[in-house]
Amino acid sequence: MLARIEVPRQARRGEIILLRIAIQHPMETGYRPDNFGRRIAKNVINNLVCRYNGVEVFRAEMGSGMSANPLLQFHALAEASGEFVFEWVDDSGERGSERAAITVSA
Amino acid sequence: MFAATLGGGVFAAEAQRLPAPKSGIAYAGADIRAMQADDFANPGMLWVARGEKLWNTAAGRSNKSCAACHRDAASSMKGIAAGYPRIDVASGKLVNIEGRINRCRERNQSADPLQYESEELLALTAYVAHQSRGMPLAVTADAANRPHLERGREIYYRRQGQMNLACVNCHEQNAGRKLLAETISEGHGNAYPAYRLEWQATGSLHRRLRACYYGVRAVMPAYGSDELLDLELYLARRAAGLTVETPGVRR
Ligand code: HEC
Ligand code: HEC
Repeated sequence: MLARIEVPRQARRGEIILLRIAIQHPMETGYRPDNFGRRIAKNVINNLVCRYNGVEVFRAEMGSGMSANPLLQFHALAEASGEFVFEWVDDSGERGSERAAITVSA
Repeated sequence: MFAATLGGGVFAAEAQRLPAPKSGIAYAGADIRAMQADDFANPGMLWVARGEKLWNTAAGRSNKSCAACHRDAASSMKGIAAGYPRIDVASGKLVNIEGRINRCRERNQSADPLQYESEELLALTAYVAHQSRGMPLAVTADAANRPHLERGREIYYRRQGQMNLACVNCHEQNAGRKLLAETISEGHGNAYPAYRLEWQATGSLHRRLRACYYGVRAVMPAYGSDELLDLELYLARRAAGLTVETPGVRR
């Protein structure tokens, strides 16, 4: 699954930083019929977690109401240098992950 | 000015061209404009990112990637898409950037051509065209492409479909007015492949043009057909003065 993440490379301790992730995904609602009238199975990214040095800082549980190719953004408090890890899974069981390092100065 | 450069007054109808063309983004709402302007929020950039991966992936019987021959796309593909559609010297045929990528795959990479509107071809096209972003459209008129330009212009002014409407009726005579929930723009192709919210995906200019045929209840020409290529060429000349915006965002 193709995704792009945006994590600042550097921040000052105590700074509030913006994190963004965009994932290429159809976010199939489960309510649409195909050209033959058969229902297309629901397939959305149902769970996305972001951890900062192992600690969960953000979680989204999503359903049918999200657009395709969703963009999620949230804030975190820069505390220490380390890594942000994003992990997600869709209804078909496909998983994705992205990671980025951050350097936090005093 | 254009009549002079083209000579012979063949393009008398070009005089009706908008003196200062405005991109479709100028007719879009503030939300769409903001989405296109922010390279992270612009969902079309996901296709560009996929195109970059494909650019660096070996394919075909040559087992070479695009990068193996063309190196860094930022320099080798800069400005290239702005000059398409153009006549392919080897075959004498008019090709757009999609067609050019496929010809290169067949001829130089020994790979099968990608299907029009496939995710792979859209991604590569978006990636190659993105390298020309901000550069002025640079399609020239010459003896070789003149028959195509003339056919493109004929199609542009031809009434068609159950609604009996020509492109010019909407995109020149009614630009800026409302058609149901849409604001009609001048109908330029400079932002394609573009992400359309209605599609929930990135699509080619031919997909957009087919939607306009469908809108007037006319028979839709096939993807990559001569009719759509001639029209694409005419649109590029008509839009002279605009810059490449790929990937655009539209409603
Ligand atoms: C009934 C009116 C109508 C006709 C006729 C029509 N279109 Fe469109 N066209 C639209 C609308 C509405 C849109 C979407 C809003 C916009 O961008 O103009 C659109 C969009 C476009 C766009 C995309 C513009 C952009 O910036 O994204 C192009 C290019 C285009 N049309 C070309 C054509 C061509 C070429 C023809 C003739 C084959 C044609 N249209 C016929 C109504 C029309
Ligand atoms: C084996 C080397 C090779 C590979 C691999 C290759 N190309 Fe090319 N490409 C060329 C050569 C040589 C030309 C110019 C000669 C010609 O017309 O084919 C060219 C021309 C082009 C052009 C037209 C440039 C212009 O000046 O108008 C485009 C666009 C292009 N290639 C895209 C691609 C893409 C995209 C890929 C990967 C899918 C690719 N090429 C893979 C060798 C290669």
